[in-house]
Amino acid sequence: MNLAPASTKAWHRKHLLGIEELTRDECAAILDTADSFSEISRRSRKKVPALQGRVVFNLFFENSTRTRTSFSLAAKRLSADTQDFSAATSSLSKGESFIDTAKNIEAMGADVLVVRHSTPGAPHLLAQHVKASIINAGDGAHEHPTQALLDLLTIRRAKGKIEGLTVGLVGDIAHSRVARSNIHALNKFGAHVIICGPPTLVPRSMEPLGCEVAHHLDDVLPRLDVVNALRIQFERIHKGFIPFPSVSEYLHFYGMTIERMRAAKPDLLILAPGPINRGVELTPEVADGPNSAILDQVTNGLAVRMAVLYLLSGRTHPHPHEHDDHASGIKPRQRSERRAE
Amino acid sequence: MSTIQIRGGRLIDPARGIDREADLWLGGGRVLAIGEAIEEAEVVIDARGMIVCPGLIDVHVHLREPGNEEDETIASGTDAALAGGVTSLACMPNTIPAIDTQGAAEFVVLQASRARKANVYPVGAVSKGRAGEELAELGRLVAGGAVAFTDDGAPVASASLMRRALEYAKMFDRVVMQHCQVPELTVGGVMNEGFESMRLGLPGMPAAAEDIMVARDIRLAEITGGRVHIQHISTARSVELVREGKRRGVRVTAEACPHHFTLTDETLRGFDANFKMNPPLRTWSDVEAVIEGIVDGTIELLATDHAPHSTEKKMREIDQAPFGIIGLETLLPISVKGLIEPGHLTWPELIAKLTVNPARLLGVPKGSLAPGSDADVTIIDPDVAWKIDPTRFRSKSRNCPFAGWDVKGRAVMAIVAGEIRYRLDSDEKKSTKHERPKHAKSTPTSSK
Repeated sequence: MNLAPASTKAWHRKHLLGIEELTRDECAAILDTADSFSEISRRSRKKVPALQGRVVFNLFFENSTRTRTSFSLAAKRLSADTQDFSAATSSLSKGESFIDTAKNIEAMGADVLVVRHSTPGAPHLLAQHVKASIINAGDGAHEHPTQALLDLLTIRRAKGKIEGLTVGLVGDIAHSRVARSNIHALNKFGAHVIICGPPTLVPRSMEPLGCEVAHHLDDVLPRLDVVNALRIQFERIHKGFIPFPSVSEYLHFYGMTIERMRAAKPDLLILAPGPINRGVELTPEVADGPNSAILDQVTNGLAVRMAVLYLLSGRTHPHPHEHDDHASGIKPRQRSERRAE
Repeated sequence: MSTIQIRGGRLIDPARGIDREADLWLGGGRVLAIGEAIEEAEVVIDARGMIVCPGLIDVHVHLREPGNEEDETIASGTDAALAGGVTSLACMPNTIPAIDTQGAAEFVVLQASRARKANVYPVGAVSKGRAGEELAELGRLVAGGAVAFTDDGAPVASASLMRRALEYAKMFDRVVMQHCQVPELTVGGVMNEGFESMRLGLPGMPAAAEDIMVARDIRLAEITGGRVHIQHISTARSVELVREGKRRGVRVTAEACPHHFTLTDETLRGFDANFKMNPPLRTWSDVEAVIEGIVDGTIELLATDHAPHSTEKKMREIDQAPFGIIGLETLLPISVKGLIEPGHLTWPELIAKLTVNPARLLGVPKGSLAPGSDADVTIIDPDVAWKIDPTRFRSKSRNCPFAGWDVKGRAVMAIVAGEIRYRLDSDEKKSTKHERPKHAKSTPTSSK
């Protein structure tokens, strides 16, 4: 299919395991493809046959609602067969190993495994043991590549560029896969990243990842073009390690409130990967206010996941001529040049 | 028992300062003589081009029996030891149940004598059930054959229990070996805490967790006059603390493992649990400090912390895979690569850290080729080049981080109590490549 030909040429990978190892061109290929797919979501008939006959399995070893739903819907819009698998209903509780579970699912004919796991590196481990393409849908505190890509897409659409922007990642950076993937992605596109939170959640040792470390949001807020308010990862915080004295004190220092919005640039873009803890990272007025792009992120997430599924499946497709322009029914926006970034 | 003449090798016996070409005569399970012929030997081993030294001693081995025989047994572990040139080893008490009674220690000794491979010295637990609460019956453990005490696998976290152990063990002049790590600082930890752990999103174990307990235990040894041995030292600061403690006359010794002077936490980037051990792989500055400690004698001996785990246990999510790697069959070549090839140590210096020094730590009559001593001998081909292939190991487990490494130096024969118990077989020889001139015989051969 003649979908964003420049984009598909830039993509040669079998798996999407993380942002860190991607080039800027590879990230851009996904964003450009996602732009093309966004159009489909605006149609009344929201389905194309690009992945007809392919099987996409969601292997979720950790709780998730929006990411799993988003991947499922993305696969369905591309006409793939999808199946969800969650650890609670699996043989894992009977002692089956994680790799054996994945191999069994692959034996049912899965072409793509979308994997979420609480352990960093779990999707990388699977990639060594199965033949299917692996998409990392979040591995512990390591990476969450499609989240970073949808954040990039949301920023690019709202601001028209990424390069030169100052983006603040606020909150629990130490336990956040979203933060790591975002730092890598934003650096590739020339944004300046400031991570901000208490030293227990934003250690100085993260600076070499390519970001500025700040502990007082009010000091850096006026410089920010984008705030990405990350959730406190209570589930990744060990018993006996409570990183701040109280939620109230956290809100006092880091919560995005109406008062803080007054000190910020008027066009400050508010992002949050969700689920948000209203009253902790964001007050409702800010979350639902005019600067918030939180729901755009959800919409863009669907397009990004369609793009990733399409690019990975395209690469491994057994019959490359089966789906051409006519079959896909996509009339992509032709991009002679990429949007200014 | 036949008499053996090991002919023409480079004889290295650091205990007596010997390093020269000489014949070695063994008979009746003992060393008969060095140099002059006594009588015609029944077995003659051609060791030209080889190093002939006291059998190597590893003070830190997990044999997993009883309790985890799927990982290793006393028979398989001692077989692996011989293949690595190790003729005596001390095994850790973190079995199931723990080696915390005389009967348990005697079981280990009995199984080792049945296996008839390497000599095994059990190390008894410091505390009952290794629970860190009450002292185990240290005196009865000694009666059962224990040569030292440790709760290894876990530290003795309680300072007061450690103090009592150091005091009480003085009665037997036995050393307390400590896995130094403050447990509260390493909860949930998978790897060294630092930039790499931050980047990978893996929970870290800070170097300070080791340093703090090393400092504590050196002070406890100082006030009690007891002997403390720092196991698998891994941080720059710990090395400095031991150096300083020795300067003050504290009875402190330390061991280093080959992986801690050759690998760093960067290897975790592939999320491979074969690089997950405790203490974890640290940074290059720690590696350099450990090497410096080895060179200046702060660290007087090398040990493997051989920790077998079956493949199904290791091939898991990295936070669920157990800590530890095997090491008996790579001890020698990795020490050559990490210490001899870069010029840090000479062969006699390396062999001292693998023979006489560990023997002194354990207080066992091994590690020397003086006439009359036990005929435990290792013959090493120092020049043979080979590729590490864990699938060919004698250990039951395969959790080795050095798979695929091109190395030099290998034990070609191990003699225990005057018996040839290990010989590099012809299959293995085919997989090795000799770089020495043709006139030197490639491997020892025996006649008669």
